[in-house]
Amino acid sequence: MADLRARTAPYRAVLASRVRAQRSYRANFLLDLTSSLLVGLVELAEVWVVFRSVHSLGGLDLAAVVLVFGVADLAFSLADLGFGHCDTLPTYLRAGTLDVFYLRPQPLLLQLVTSDISLRRLARAAVGIAALVAGLALNDVPWGARAVGLLALALVSGVATFAAMFVWAGGAQFFLVDGAEATNAFVYGGRYSATQPASVWTRPLVVVFGFVFPMAFTAYLPVVTLLGLPGPAWMPAWLGWCAPLAALWAWALALVTWRAGVRHYQGGGG
Amino acid sequence: MTVRPYLRLFVAGFRRQSTYRLAALGGLLANTTFGLLKVALLFAAVRTSGGELAGYDVATMSSYIWISQGLLGSINLTGRTEIAERIRSGDVAVDFLRPVDVHLASVTTEVGRSTFALLPRAVPSVAIGAVLVGMALPGSAWGYLLGAVGLVLGLLVSATTVYLVGAAGFWLVETRGVALLYMVVSGFLAGMFVPIGLFPGWLHAVATATPFPSMMMYPVDILSGRVEGLAALGLTGLQLGWLTATVAVGQVATRAGRRRLEVQGG
Repeated sequence: MADLRARTAPYRAVLASRVRAQRSYRANFLLDLTSSLLVGLVELAEVWVVFRSVHSLGGLDLAAVVLVFGVADLAFSLADLGFGHCDTLPTYLRAGTLDVFYLRPQPLLLQLVTSDISLRRLARAAVGIAALVAGLALNDVPWGARAVGLLALALVSGVATFAAMFVWAGGAQFFLVDGAEATNAFVYGGRYSATQPASVWTRPLVVVFGFVFPMAFTAYLPVVTLLGLPGPAWMPAWLGWCAPLAALWAWALALVTWRAGVRHYQGGGG
Repeated sequence: MTVRPYLRLFVAGFRRQSTYRLAALGGLLANTTFGLLKVALLFAAVRTSGGELAGYDVATMSSYIWISQGLLGSINLTGRTEIAERIRSGDVAVDFLRPVDVHLASVTTEVGRSTFALLPRAVPSVAIGAVLVGMALPGSAWGYLLGAVGLVLGLLVSATTVYLVGAAGFWLVETRGVALLYMVVSGFLAGMFVPIGLFPGWLHAVATATPFPSMMMYPVDILSGRVEGLAALGLTGLQLGWLTATVAVGQVATRAGRRRLEVQGG
């Protein structure tokens, strides 16, 4: 235990300093929190605008999609809180400042992940929690150990899956550098797809966001299993329980890409 | 006032953007992915409502999705501009010494940048949509003309409106908060995520009371043939109105701001 404390001390020191730094400019921090909250609300409004104009879409009604949104958005904002700053990797690559990380006797990925924590994302998580609670209240959830277990499993796996997406994108940046938007297609496109009923997807979308980047497993499939809704044809009723497998697959993909990226990196010169 | 320096600034903005080719390719991939996801969701919405939803059928919805995705690179939805940074740092004092109008020069550069972005993003995005999904077109030559004029007006309104965010810096110095707010509301009210025709009445009224739908929603509705004839002309009139208003406010704000500007340091 003491050994673990000693080994994580440098990471904890950095994280604590980042937390203090963000809280010291109060007006700025409040502004960040407010804008994060508004972004979350606008994203919820997008879903609401579409689903209020129809009775049900792909087997989900408004109440069910609020629950899907809640699970997906809460998982995404928590992953974003811890891993979202992997997005800044291209800036380090262009400026050559990534080399500094190499000078420290700590694993590169661990350093990058613990180099920052974006507290403003807590405001977004609040929107996710509100949608989740509303979704659980609006739907006829068959409460019991099974429901609680499925929800907990979905949330933990969802956070892990989205976190893996950020790491995967980071690994790909070593090759793309200027083409960061190419990975946004799957990271932020993935977040968007996670709040959708996967039953409306065309076959290519099922392949990309159902399995390669297992976004459907973060919220939609567990909710379908939880509420016993009619799912898409390719989905057996128990598939919602497989969210941890999806998370494992996403991490395998992320770590392989990250490793390839680090091997590819030649240093910033200088 | 001569036109030449502004023409040069337009070309400079255009050329600067053209150096980031890989970035443009990445943007196109993002456009296509989001486009396909929106096709799946919004097509399902149209089909479950019996083939017509708020005046959209499958074909006009497709046009909406691919044209709006294509305009993502051209319409400024971040609220961030170069001029905002120059006002904050005080560099704008140098701009005031130049024999061009600071407001118009800034807007022209921005329009040049967004016009270039049409090439790698809007054109392929619309082509991909047309080939993969198919889309509706205007019913007459008149619709094409009005749609093209509307697109240009949309780019102009976007540049003149986002300039105002930067110009607020003459009074606020740090405009990050205003830019963040702009980022949150502009895309939503412009109809970038969901067409504003699907909004409930009150939200639709809020959107139409802002310049945001003029940037994208109106020209897209004309180009998809959802709005035709006199109604289309009305939308173009609205765009012109917003353009005049935002240019006027920009001119007044720049003049007042110039008197207020205080550059620190020496």
